[in-house]
Amino acid sequence: MDGSTASSLPATAQSVVIGAGIVGNSLAYHLAELGWSDLVLIDKGPLPNPGGSTGHASNFIYPVDHSREMTALTRDSVKQYEELGVLTVPGGIEVARTEERMEELRRRMASAKSWGVDDVRLVTPAEVKELVPFIDESVIIGGFYSEGVGVVDSLRAGTLMRERAQQAGRLTVSPNTEVLGIDVEGGRVKRVRTTRGDIEAETVVIACGVWSPRLARMAGASIPLTPAVHQMIDIGPVPHFAGAKSAIEFPIVRDMDTNMYERQDGSGLELGSYAHRPILHDPDEIPSVEEAALSPTEFPFTEDDFVQQMEHALELMPEIVGDESVGIKYAINGLLSLTPDGLPILGETPEVKGLWSAAAVWVKEGPGVGRAVAEWMVHGEPEIDLQASDIARFYEHHKATEHVRARAAEGFNKTYGIVHPGEQWGSNRLVRLSPFYAREEQLDAVFFEAAGWERPHWYASNEKLLEEFHDRVNGREAEWDSRWWSPIINAEHLAMRDRAAMFDLTAFCVFDVVGPGALDCVQKVSMRQMDVKHGKVVYTPVLSPSGGFRSDLTVMRLGDDHFRVVTGGAHGMADLKAYRDGAGHDAQVVDLTSSWCTLGLWGPRARDILSSTTSADVSHEGFPFATCRTIEMGSLRVLASRISYVGDLGWELYVPIEQGARLWDIVWEAGEPHGVVPAGIGVYATTGRLEKCYRAFGFELDGEYDVVEAGMDWGKVKEQDFIGKDAHVRQRESDPVARMCTLTVDDHNGANGQKRYMLGGEPIVTRDGGEPLVDAKGRRSFVTSAGAGPSIGKHILMAYLPPEHAHVGSELAVEYMTERYPVTVGSADSTAVFDPENRRVRS
Amino acid sequence: MCVKRVPLTGGKMVLTADEQALETRHLGFTISPHEECGVEEAVRLIEQHGGEVTVLTLGPPEAEEQLRDCMAIGADRGILLEDGGEEWDPEASAQAIVAAITAAEEADGGFDLIVCGNESADAGNFQVGIRVAYALGRPVATGLKGLSVDGDRARCEQEVPGGRDVYELALPALVSVLEGINLPRYPSVPAKLRARQKPVERSAPERPESRLEKVRLLVPAGQAGQQAEILGEGPDAAPAVVEVMRDLGVA
Amino acid sequence: MAGALVLVEHADGAVDELSLQALTFARELTGGEPVAALLVGAGASDAAAGLGAYGVSSALAAEDERLAAYAPGAWARCVTDAIERAAPSAVVAPGSNRGNEVLAHVATRLGHTFAANCTELRSQDPLTVVRVRWGGTLLEEARVHGELPLLSVAPHMVAATSANGAGAPAVEALEPALDDADLAVRVSEHVETTTSGVSLADAKVVVSGGRGVGSADGFAMLEELAELLEAAVGCSRVVTSAGWRPHTDQVGQTGTKVSPDLYIACGISGATQHIAGCKGAKKILAINTDAEAPILMSADYAVIGDLAEIVPAITAELRKVRSA
Repeated sequence: MDGSTASSLPATAQSVVIGAGIVGNSLAYHLAELGWSDLVLIDKGPLPNPGGSTGHASNFIYPVDHSREMTALTRDSVKQYEELGVLTVPGGIEVARTEERMEELRRRMASAKSWGVDDVRLVTPAEVKELVPFIDESVIIGGFYSEGVGVVDSLRAGTLMRERAQQAGRLTVSPNTEVLGIDVEGGRVKRVRTTRGDIEAETVVIACGVWSPRLARMAGASIPLTPAVHQMIDIGPVPHFAGAKSAIEFPIVRDMDTNMYERQDGSGLELGSYAHRPILHDPDEIPSVEEAALSPTEFPFTEDDFVQQMEHALELMPEIVGDESVGIKYAINGLLSLTPDGLPILGETPEVKGLWSAAAVWVKEGPGVGRAVAEWMVHGEPEIDLQASDIARFYEHHKATEHVRARAAEGFNKTYGIVHPGEQWGSNRLVRLSPFYAREEQLDAVFFEAAGWERPHWYASNEKLLEEFHDRVNGREAEWDSRWWSPIINAEHLAMRDRAAMFDLTAFCVFDVVGPGALDCVQKVSMRQMDVKHGKVVYTPVLSPSGGFRSDLTVMRLGDDHFRVVTGGAHGMADLKAYRDGAGHDAQVVDLTSSWCTLGLWGPRARDILSSTTSADVSHEGFPFATCRTIEMGSLRVLASRISYVGDLGWELYVPIEQGARLWDIVWEAGEPHGVVPAGIGVYATTGRLEKCYRAFGFELDGEYDVVEAGMDWGKVKEQDFIGKDAHVRQRESDPVARMCTLTVDDHNGANGQKRYMLGGEPIVTRDGGEPLVDAKGRRSFVTSAGAGPSIGKHILMAYLPPEHAHVGSELAVEYMTERYPVTVGSADSTAVFDPENRRVRS
Repeated sequence: MCVKRVPLTGGKMVLTADEQALETRHLGFTISPHEECGVEEAVRLIEQHGGEVTVLTLGPPEAEEQLRDCMAIGADRGILLEDGGEEWDPEASAQAIVAAITAAEEADGGFDLIVCGNESADAGNFQVGIRVAYALGRPVATGLKGLSVDGDRARCEQEVPGGRDVYELALPALVSVLEGINLPRYPSVPAKLRARQKPVERSAPERPESRLEKVRLLVPAGQAGQQAEILGEGPDAAPAVVEVMRDLGVA
Repeated sequence: MAGALVLVEHADGAVDELSLQALTFARELTGGEPVAALLVGAGASDAAAGLGAYGVSSALAAEDERLAAYAPGAWARCVTDAIERAAPSAVVAPGSNRGNEVLAHVATRLGHTFAANCTELRSQDPLTVVRVRWGGTLLEEARVHGELPLLSVAPHMVAATSANGAGAPAVEALEPALDDADLAVRVSEHVETTTSGVSLADAKVVVSGGRGVGSADGFAMLEELAELLEAAVGCSRVVTSAGWRPHTDQVGQTGTKVSPDLYIACGISGATQHIAGCKGAKKILAINTDAEAPILMSADYAVIGDLAEIVPAITAELRKVRSA
């Protein structure tokens, strides 16, 4: 003990929040607001500035992001900053130097409209010059002006929030307190040991920014982020800003094509860069407060990495940057946190119950994240759906340092980048290969990666199908629309609908719920009835307490106490945690993802193909839809499940992973005479399901919308209790304020005569006025999924529409790159636009 | 202008395991504060009188960074003498500097004034400037807080108790200056970019035996582990403070 | 060690404190062998008289009228001539500006090694000393090679102690063989500067401010407290670089080194170069929001909190206590 007389630590706490940056402060405050007392906030640094990233953040907030989740968190944060009186709104402009960038800015306009940010507009160079007189407008071709761009004092905001909680008598704050260990007992967090004593804690939150991985490791958990540098310099005094009455009076400029920003800072100009080579640091190598010359997260400036940026800034703002009297007063390599997928890391760690993460958060989301995670902790669910940032999303291989660093490095230079919705990562590939990989490679599969798995998205060897279906398949004219896509996908789809196709579905996350308490577990977590016959396959949503979607997946009952859950790879690990959380002491949830591989076989000839490999009765009556059983195919014992996400006759076939290649060969050989084709995820995840109006989690289904709105409220509500039941029942009893609809595009012709194809995220607007559609909860209508429907020859969009527009035949429009294209509603419920009576599936 | 690359230390001195140097993993580098002011002074002189500033350093290859920093505030060219990764004692340093200056003067003409920092921030040997001056046969004044040039004479001012002592030196001469002689300017962005294009001559002189030989470095006792007595928090501690002052006899 | 020659500085007939420290060091160096002193300039012989108490057995006084104004070359000549006379095995000087300058000249003229700012003798053979680096926040153990080592003594690192027994030293006059080159660089003028207030270097109390003060105006409250305490106002390098205070106020390795009874560091984090300037203080009081700021490792007392609240509170309390 150092004899410091700062308030002494309590022996117990409802929650110990580690880290007093913007996130920790906000979180502590919101926990107190939500009714928790006995809170402790600690930081190894001093207050008010403990020396983390908050202390040197550039503190500006651009509200529009292509991610709806991030935009929502930002919007909430801005409201909080405003309420705390630390928000200035100078506005901001993202300028474009290239035509490609202008197109991206148009996309930004669309996202803004989709998320309900209206105070934005595209501006000309002359207009930019009016707003920012010291710009050389000859260097740019336009801009995206966002009036709502703000600048905040995040340090002050954090201080105010913390003090409020202290004044309410609910929070003890202890700076200069270092955590020595986090004790875990029985898989649950128990105690935090610090340099000023131990605290028995019910919950612990790690909100330590770049130090988070170290803290997590103390408890045996993993927070996969890496500290990385972002450079910034401060030049001044700037004659233009002389006599400035506040810190910032001119709009902030983001020079997107150069990955830089410029903002006024009192009498100086701050230049920041995300353009340099990724400079990653080791969380264990961050210096202490005494060793660091400035602060632990302000590293010495490496000038060589900023040379190009000086030149770019000189081009854009020669009046200021080229002024010899304006000197470089401050220059640092500042540290911030980067994650493998660029999203924050929030939520209860899967490894340790009661241990929460609130890390890798930028100032622009700080307060919002604090509130959301606090709600999650106290109510079991945040108001803003955080499924994309959920820490439970990571697979084991994601946690490897090399993976984190490789992806963080790759993602860093895309900070202001133009990132296509379908863009693939290039680093650290070929980590998870299915047993079918060698076959797929031979067939020239074009592999995309999901959850680390290499999956064929389409097969180059299927090019010949383009000939066969030439009259029903067309290419896309605009480069952007055709990036990460191929018309071969559409041809594979048609071949499937014509005869049959084989799909590699090994990326499914598969886990078994076993034990005497297995039924209770699946009953509690899943919405639909789980007490079914052995061999029944149930497709079910998983709900949040407020009745929104946490997932949708299938459950097979394999025995009295044996259920097999199969869910999409992207969200699988979060689903695993959901079932584990729902399991009592007498149920085990076992991850068998790496034990089973899955081959999908669908199309009108699927039965013919399957029956030629097995003597089992696979007739429609003998093997009904939505059932599963083990059959023998060749010499393999295969778990066959008759369901279909592509809306055609067929099965999912499961064998142990080491037998996969053999299974492929059996099906391939049997399929050849029937013209079977290998088909990729382009069909499985998009074209197949869109024609059938099948919703997908993370697109149509998420925490924001409920089952009734999604049009999935068939059947009755089961008697047994399940998470979200009360809310769900209430939702069934009232009229939905939005309905999931399927629309088709009537006319693709754009202004310059080029046909355009929407990719998702675009706002749905009225046909004449171009007005956005807003439901009674204030939610905008936007395209949740988009893709080709080759069987009906239309481009299909899915969107939630307010009831007045949610009927078949309703005429609307979709706004794509600021142009309007007419669309018509083809389905206002789960009735498919192709084979509406589901004859194929049930044949 | 002679400068030396030194680490920018924080609040604590951390040594490498072999006790031969400071641990510089997390540290940036700069030149000694006296030298920073020296470069500024040299640049001001040529701004006033015309001429050129050459900046010279004996150091590792990375010391080019420091030469470029000097160029960014106005030096015209640089000379980098590579030290081979070793520490050179003041005599050896002076020798190398003298050889380089002699060569430079033979090639491009004499330097009217050679400016050094009074002592380097790290080794603080207080003698390199004087040794160089003798070897080149120039008069030398040290520890200057004021400097001006008039024709072929330099007026040098030193701070002493009660005022300033003035020396007049005939040029060519050598002076060593102290921080405080001026407030150095910050480099502008264009100046930084120009600095990257200015010429730097490199060579690797041979290091003679050290006659002032470093055995090891030590962190003085009392730097680690000393605990201050906390008299209190906030304004409430005022009475305790005044009591201490009275005990010390200063209140 | 067959005896040391010590350059002793003096003013108005009295020997200065740093020279007494140098003499103490020299005695340790010689291990009891005789110590000879050299004093240069007017008043040298008077000042030499009292040196017996510090172990000086003989003194050389150079009072040539050409030595009325300081000239480093001339002083160096005196030293080299004294060396010829006294044949010491080491030459010691105080580590003052002049002491270092003169020894550097001597070292260059004679081709000997000069180790500046020594604090301790580690061993005699080979001669190994501990000397100051980084203004005193780091130390170096160094071997001094050569037949005649020249050493200056770091100010206030060696306590001046008197020696037993010795009576007044034998004082002889020294007539240095000065030439024009020796006198070429000399003080030609002395400009008096009127300093208002207490001088930083002499102050018994220093109230010093760093980045935490926030602005030039922020120093007003420090000045107020300083006035009450008859203290000098100092500052850190961050403050002078920002232009809030002049360099003359700067305390630190490259500023002024202070040795007050009390040094009050307000909003100063305690970078090593600053500590180098204030570690000579008898007591240091740190006022800082950060209980882990490096300055607390060197401070004797600390108050944790906002200096903008604490400094005026101290001023008010002082006034209150005094009027009572």
